Amino acid sequence: MLGKLSLAAIPIDQPIPLIASGLVGVVILGVLARLIIAGHLPYLWREWITSVDHKRIGVMYVLLAAVMLLRGFVDALMMRAQQAMALHSQGYLPPEHFNQIFSAHGTIMIFFVAMPFMIGLMNFVVPLQLGVRDVAFPTLNSVGFWLTATGALLVNISLVIGEFARTGWLPFPPLSEMTYSPGVGVDYYLWSLEISGVGTLVAGINLVTTVLKLRTKGMTYLRMPMFCWTTLASNLLIVAAFPILTATLTMLILDRYLGFHFFTNEAGGNVMMFMNLIWAWGHPEVYILILPAFGVFSEVVSTFSGKPLFGYRSMVLATMAICLISFMVWLHHFFTMGAGPDVNAIFGIASMVIAVPTGVKVYNWLFTMYRGRIRFSTPMLWAIGFMVTFLIGGLTGVLVAVPPADFLLHNSLFLVAHFHNVIIGGVLFGAFAGYTYWFPKAFGFRLHEGLGKAAFWCWLIGFYVAFMPLYVLGLLGMTRRMQHYDVPEWHPWLVTAAVGALIILAGIIFQVLQLFVSIRARASLRDVTGDPWDGRSLEWATSSPPPVFNFAVPPDVNGEDAYWAIKQQAREQETAKGEWRYEDVEMPRNSPTGFICAFFATLMGFALIWHIWWMVGAGALGAFATFVVFAWRDHDEYVIPATEVERIDRAHLEQQRPVLSEGG
Amino acid sequence: MAHSAMAVDPHNLRTFDMEQNGHVGPPPKRIVTGYGFWIFLLSDMVMFACFFAAYAVLVGQTAGGPAGAELFDLQNVAIETGCLLLSSFTCGLASIAASARAKLPFQLAMAITCLLGLVFLALELKEFSGLVARGAGPSRSAFLSAFFTLVGCHGLHVGAGILWLLTMMAQVIAKGFRADIQRRIMCFALFWHALDIIWVAVFSVVYLLGAGA
Repeated sequence: MLGKLSLAAIPIDQPIPLIASGLVGVVILGVLARLIIAGHLPYLWREWITSVDHKRIGVMYVLLAAVMLLRGFVDALMMRAQQAMALHSQGYLPPEHFNQIFSAHGTIMIFFVAMPFMIGLMNFVVPLQLGVRDVAFPTLNSVGFWLTATGALLVNISLVIGEFARTGWLPFPPLSEMTYSPGVGVDYYLWSLEISGVGTLVAGINLVTTVLKLRTKGMTYLRMPMFCWTTLASNLLIVAAFPILTATLTMLILDRYLGFHFFTNEAGGNVMMFMNLIWAWGHPEVYILILPAFGVFSEVVSTFSGKPLFGYRSMVLATMAICLISFMVWLHHFFTMGAGPDVNAIFGIASMVIAVPTGVKVYNWLFTMYRGRIRFSTPMLWAIGFMVTFLIGGLTGVLVAVPPADFLLHNSLFLVAHFHNVIIGGVLFGAFAGYTYWFPKAFGFRLHEGLGKAAFWCWLIGFYVAFMPLYVLGLLGMTRRMQHYDVPEWHPWLVTAAVGALIILAGIIFQVLQLFVSIRARASLRDVTGDPWDGRSLEWATSSPPPVFNFAVPPDVNGEDAYWAIKQQAREQETAKGEWRYEDVEMPRNSPTGFICAFFATLMGFALIWHIWWMVGAGALGAFATFVVFAWRDHDEYVIPATEVERIDRAHLEQQRPVLSEGG
Repeated sequence: MAHSAMAVDPHNLRTFDMEQNGHVGPPPKRIVTGYGFWIFLLSDMVMFACFFAAYAVLVGQTAGGPAGAELFDLQNVAIETGCLLLSSFTCGLASIAASARAKLPFQLAMAITCLLGLVFLALELKEFSGLVARGAGPSRSAFLSAFFTLVGCHGLHVGAGILWLLTMMAQVIAKGFRADIQRRIMCFALFWHALDIIWVAVFSVVYLLGAGA
């Protein structure tokens, strides 16, 4: 009846996960209780959970990422504490628990923090920058988000019911095969990623179609803001790479569930095929993450330097070059496979070549700042911190791209330091820059500057204190994922790294504080003009927060930096916009399809993990029925009358007038 | 002036200038939906490409078990191929009927498409069960694992396509040829034809090369 599931699955003998999950449970119940008592639940259901508005879905993606960042960071703290203690001793985490923690940390940080953060920003910003009213497929957008949330939920359920994988953030066989990992941990990993992978693919298809097909009048490709370009490149990579992940994990699932022999040691299975397949997805994946961050920095640097982006066309070219080359370097993740000097040399050179377009980008940002009137607001601080930090990460990357050097550094903490260097210093700083930059657009008030700067400095300093020692440790020969060790020389470096993690913790506390303080002081931080940073692209042309239809009249674009041009023209002619003819606006109706679909996906995923076959059938049937019901509805759009559009727009134009008439 | 240019250049190819007046705003929904679905199909093909690659890597790994030449029955496969290609033709007829808004021909063509798809699936199941009965199931060797996964994945797609097909038939009965249903019929047709293309690759790479080796 319940497959492999029994009461024994709840880890009563392990206090740490039990107390942690108990605490999280209490918090969730507390928030739910408060929402119900205050009567917010119907509002949440109507306006958020069933929303197909790209802006709301974007905000929910970022919220999911922020919550999961806390979870992933707790894992990081536990690991740093363990390694700071575990000289000549077992520390406080038993090996099987430690292994689950580093696996969960990596899985969560990549799939449920970095990915949803970036997809959230793209979802929110891109239609606004393109001057359109929504993404290409609004309901599918909601489905994509809720499937991602399903994946995150399954990973967290593993904390209480059963266990998580002990195989690292990528489940390398044969360790991840049934023979060596008979528990449900790897299955939790596999199904949560299969489900959230579908969500990511949906988001990718949606955003590619949006950028390529839905642009306002006059928005030719070479007039798009840089963030739209990097979104296009990143989502093209999603469309081309995520099916590889789905296929590879499917093969591992077949091995585990039905006794297939794709990656087993016996009957002709090929372990190295898994490495090739998973990294054929995995390397594009890191560019899926970093390219949108490059886009954010391009917007931020240009806005806060008060200049158009230097070398726009070379930036476009560099972005698309990275998009292409990122598919040709996957083998550098396993030079040690022994493919021979020729193959290793080709992939080593390709890996170094990809540093060239990245270098082009860095120079373009520097030249954008050169002779600009730079304002050091929080987003700009993140951008500058990124440029310095990412450069170091990029250089150590080129170092490990040299096959002979890689043979020494493979799987050492040097590698761990390198990818944290580019992912924290690149992706996460980009995410935070974007979060601070577009927060006023999403909510109509800015974030507190002082606390934002405090958070930035803690993150920056904390990052260096936490990860520079790992470079040293790697050179001293320490391999990754060690639960304990007997080398006294390593100890001081690991203690330093733990201190660094605590400094980052202070940064996170400042960020949480910043959010609370800003919400409380929102009256004084209000952005009435819709253009708090003196921006250059179209998202700043509408109000903050934008109306549901984004633009009352579709903007007409005549060149790069569309909104900047509008502002310049208005100032020169000393007139605000002319008179518009308002028309009725058709918008897609909200739909619970995404949420219900994700409910059945959760049911199905959980049932598959625990081999509860009747529940698998019920979940599949439910998901299919949901789609049929959705397909049956007769009215999928509603109309906002022209008079209402006009009323909303005139109110905004009134408040926008100071920006358009005064200089600077 | 403009009128005479139209006559010699009906598609406005010469006067088309990307930078000046290239982009006029978002195209109609039908174009956007079709475009997005094409991108989905491409991603689906990437997934099939992985299974093809795995098959190519593992085709020689028979672990002492049977190889393709001993297992494949080309006659069965030929009938399967015939069914699928024919079903693509009838699916095309259904598309024409849908754009002509002719209900009965549409339903008839869809029903035949469905039937041909079912015959294809039945033949595939017969082949699979025959292999399992001979002890050549997917867990016999890596080669057979890759074979069952690649061909089975295509079969699952055909199965899902049949579910979709039946849903579309029911929708046309219930709602008629509404604009959104026309879009779905277009996507379904794209999906069905794409499966045909993939089958041509399966037929050549798996069966023809396998039986010849």
